[in-house]
Amino acid sequence: MGWTTLLLALREIRRNLMRSFLTVLGIVIGVAAVVTMVTLGNGATQSVSDQISSLGSNLLMLRPGQRMGPGSGSLGAPSFKAEDAEAIRAQVGSLKAVAPTVNRTAVVVVGTRNWATSITGSNSDYFTAGNWTLAEGRLFNATEERAGKAVCIIGATVRKELFEAHSPVGDTMRIKQFSCEVIGVLTAKGQSAMGRDQDDTVVMPLRTVQRRLTGKQDVSTILISMQDEASSEQVINQISLLMRERRKLSDNEDDNFSVQDTKEIAKTLSGAIGTMTALLGAVAAVSLLVGGIGIMNIMLVSVTERTREIGIRLAIGALEKEVLMQFLTEAVVLSAFGGLVGLLLAAIACYGLASMLSLPFLFSPGINLLAFGFSAAIGVIFGYVPARRAARLDPIEALRHE
Amino acid sequence: MNDTAITFDPDALIQLSGITKTYGQGQAAFQALRGVDLSIRQGEFVAIMGPSGSGKSTAMNILGCLDTPTSGAYLFDGVHVEDLSRDQRALLRRNYLGFVFQGFNLLARTSAQENVELPLLYRGESAEARHEKGMAALRSVGLEAWAHHTSSELSGGQQQRVAIARAIVTDPKVLLADEPTGNLDSKRGHEIMELLVSMNRDRGITILMVTHEPDIAAYAKRIVHFVDGQIAQDDSNGGTA
Repeated sequence: MGWTTLLLALREIRRNLMRSFLTVLGIVIGVAAVVTMVTLGNGATQSVSDQISSLGSNLLMLRPGQRMGPGSGSLGAPSFKAEDAEAIRAQVGSLKAVAPTVNRTAVVVVGTRNWATSITGSNSDYFTAGNWTLAEGRLFNATEERAGKAVCIIGATVRKELFEAHSPVGDTMRIKQFSCEVIGVLTAKGQSAMGRDQDDTVVMPLRTVQRRLTGKQDVSTILISMQDEASSEQVINQISLLMRERRKLSDNEDDNFSVQDTKEIAKTLSGAIGTMTALLGAVAAVSLLVGGIGIMNIMLVSVTERTREIGIRLAIGALEKEVLMQFLTEAVVLSAFGGLVGLLLAAIACYGLASMLSLPFLFSPGINLLAFGFSAAIGVIFGYVPARRAARLDPIEALRHE
Repeated sequence: MNDTAITFDPDALIQLSGITKTYGQGQAAFQALRGVDLSIRQGEFVAIMGPSGSGKSTAMNILGCLDTPTSGAYLFDGVHVEDLSRDQRALLRRNYLGFVFQGFNLLARTSAQENVELPLLYRGESAEARHEKGMAALRSVGLEAWAHHTSSELSGGQQQRVAIARAIVTDPKVLLADEPTGNLDSKRGHEIMELLVSMNRDRGITILMVTHEPDIAAYAKRIVHFVDGQIAQDDSNGGTA
């Protein structure tokens, strides 16, 4: 009986191929949209947490000014100096690395090639704090840091843009009016959570950048890497106290600096993306519902259109239950098939979009199963009313129907 | 309703006794059948005639177990049909009755073969059995070569022959034909009647046929005339065919 009804339903769908396709289009789009949204959202979340961990473990960022928002910067707040970093290193416990940094964009020239990149001045701790490893060459030595020698360590992108396949270690690059010797190349890290190319960078000793590029003693950000077992709350407290003291803030004054925990940033970011994903998924789910209503609509029309056929079936001896099952099966087969096509579309869309947005493509069986189950359920729910209407027809009336 | 005791004919396949059918209620009530008694034996070929509104179609619907009488008893092979549920009547139709309609009523965009096999599908027969019986039925109406043509590719006469094949494919006890030649020209109509006569003669299928054409009714062995919801005349007929 079950097999027969399935056969009847398939026959009917095949007989109206074009209409069947249009009927399920809503479900196809709905399922594809939901699955694509959720899959890409998961990919984005994954990508953010990956990037944050590549930023450095247990990393704190000390910046002048309160609450860095877009464009707000360190308005009015005094900058840090290299001595502040020294003080933190000396007075705050359980730290792994303290790296005062200063940034400047500059054009780097090698032979006939030039490349605008971000120049960072810091010390060897910078590489520890930022989870950087060397692909080749060496880090700065103490003399170079103290003397502000013109040596630099370059990122993978800079290497690619300025040097041929040969090793750049020992070569010199020209930055503005001075030359600097390449002593190391960093291992590639890829894009940051914000989409910036982290490998598009040149790192020099802090003093070199201050003296030759910025011309000031200022330090823009101090990166602080904590030991694994350290409590970030405690460390942040100690740093805050120390900075208030060094900046001579009285008790009723607010901090004119901020300490950010990258873990917190990661949590906030993933939370925001999660909310976004849920929202987009919900919007897409509405289209699934609309698709279901589309199926009901077509099934109702189909029952009216096929009244005579139903009459023939009933006269021949079809039971009420069999006619009900036939129409219900048709609706479920249609919507489930639509669901499958939707999943296929979603897989293609996710694959394409993920590589376009450089997000990882995380296939999630859960959401795929859920979307498929939901589409089949839509067939049952929205197919029931038309199917019952068909089954309850009076055979005599139905046969008379034109 | 009927005070007179029902007398049962032990040899009857079909027995109507004091059948009435009323449509609507109160003032608008219309009595289509006003006490019909009819007894039909296995193997008979009965034509039901009468002017429109005489109740012959209503009687046919009740005989075909598509409708139930308002009162009275309908015995089909010893079973009280008036007591059966909708689904029980469906099973009775499925197993013992075959239908041929004026408008052919084949499924659209469906091959002759699939149409003929449809009743077997509901009887849960295997694909092999369906195919075998379906082709045999088509052969018996001379349409074996047209098995894969859809209804729209067949002429009216051919469509009606497919309908007859569909009606007899289950080996029914009774074949009910409602104006089977009504939509056909007279030549095709007579061909169809020849076919029905042979089904009655060779297979022993009891045939009940509604018609208003005397020359079509003449094929039957017995002609029942309905007037105003009652049987006015019940003639035995030699069968001119």
